[in-house]
Amino acid sequence: MLAIEMANVHKRYYRSHALRGVNLQMEPGKIVGLLGPNGAGKSTLLKICAGLAHPTTGRVHVLGRDVSTATKGLTAFVPENDTFYSWMTPRQAVAFENSMFSDMDVSDAMDLLRELRLDPDNKISSLSKGQRGRLKLVLAMSRRARVVLMDEPLAGIDPPSRAAILETIASRYRAGEQTIIISTHEVLESEKLFEDVVFLSDGQIVLSGNADELRANRSKSLNEIFAEVC
Amino acid sequence: MQINFDESIPIYVQIMQGVMWDVAVGTLAPGDKLLSVRDLARDARTNPNTVQRAYMELERMGIVETQRGQGTFIKASPRLAKEVRSEVTATAVRSFINEMRRLRYSNEEIVGLVSQGLDEVPAADGPSAANGQTVADGLASGQSTEGTNGGVH
Repeated sequence: MLAIEMANVHKRYYRSHALRGVNLQMEPGKIVGLLGPNGAGKSTLLKICAGLAHPTTGRVHVLGRDVSTATKGLTAFVPENDTFYSWMTPRQAVAFENSMFSDMDVSDAMDLLRELRLDPDNKISSLSKGQRGRLKLVLAMSRRARVVLMDEPLAGIDPPSRAAILETIASRYRAGEQTIIISTHEVLESEKLFEDVVFLSDGQIVLSGNADELRANRSKSLNEIFAEVC
Repeated sequence: MQINFDESIPIYVQIMQGVMWDVAVGTLAPGDKLLSVRDLARDARTNPNTVQRAYMELERMGIVETQRGQGTFIKASPRLAKEVRSEVTATAVRSFINEMRRLRYSNEEIVGLVSQGLDEVPAADGPSAANGQTVADGLASGQSTEGTNGGVH
């Protein structure tokens, strides 16, 4: 069963055309990089998989099913701009998330808060952008979600937090059972993390494949390939 | 194991090379345990599946063995280090020769450039000598010349 399957997906917003006929098959159990410049349609694609936006035309399956409340329970979506209640503390945010999703592991979340040096009892309103980015990651990675969709997890975040985020994804990823799709335009820093990559440009997939095979065939880094195709 | 990754080369190949170099110089000895897939993935900020692939290829080559539930170990074979060393050496020599040939040097010129280079670059006494010293620091280089000449011809 595929993690994500898209057949001829179009998405139009009023006048703009965010996705123009996307056909995509993502195998389960991988970390996939969804790479493209700003405005390529990456967020739209992830939101459609998360059930937060609906395709204008075309068909989308997540874990073999139509996108629905059932697939939403198996999917964790990490938005680029977080939606925390600023009066909460990280501890309360974990409890809140636990009340929303039955697959949340609270003790795992508390371990991860410590690992990422976040004070569980500090108000979210006092956290820096990097700290909020780490908190988003804690909440996503401590759910047993089969599909995790992360929208630009590194954007606008300080270098030490970026490194911590990449390390956490690498070590917490449940190899074999979990599929993580990460959209980013910052390929240089993140490319070693991806097993497969999908390059998106102007609402269309321009290239996709296994990351190491693309490197071997072109003798180029993903970052160099990105500059060529996007 | 410290790998300085070149992102234009497959990552799993570089992990394999990192292990093979450590075996070749003796940093990893027969019976030594490799980092777990998860720990190496975290340290290198890379994908656990990629690390797993590198370990599987190394196992297929007979360099490591996986013991169920215990981890991956350098194979306990007395001839392993020597074999891996000659494999790593052959690859390094081949790639150097290919590069020199692309620059259109004849065999004699390549040999000449190597011995000239050995006079200029200080001898490497340890794994870190190459980046720690300047050209002026060390002049001893005569000893290793013979072996390199033999390899080129």
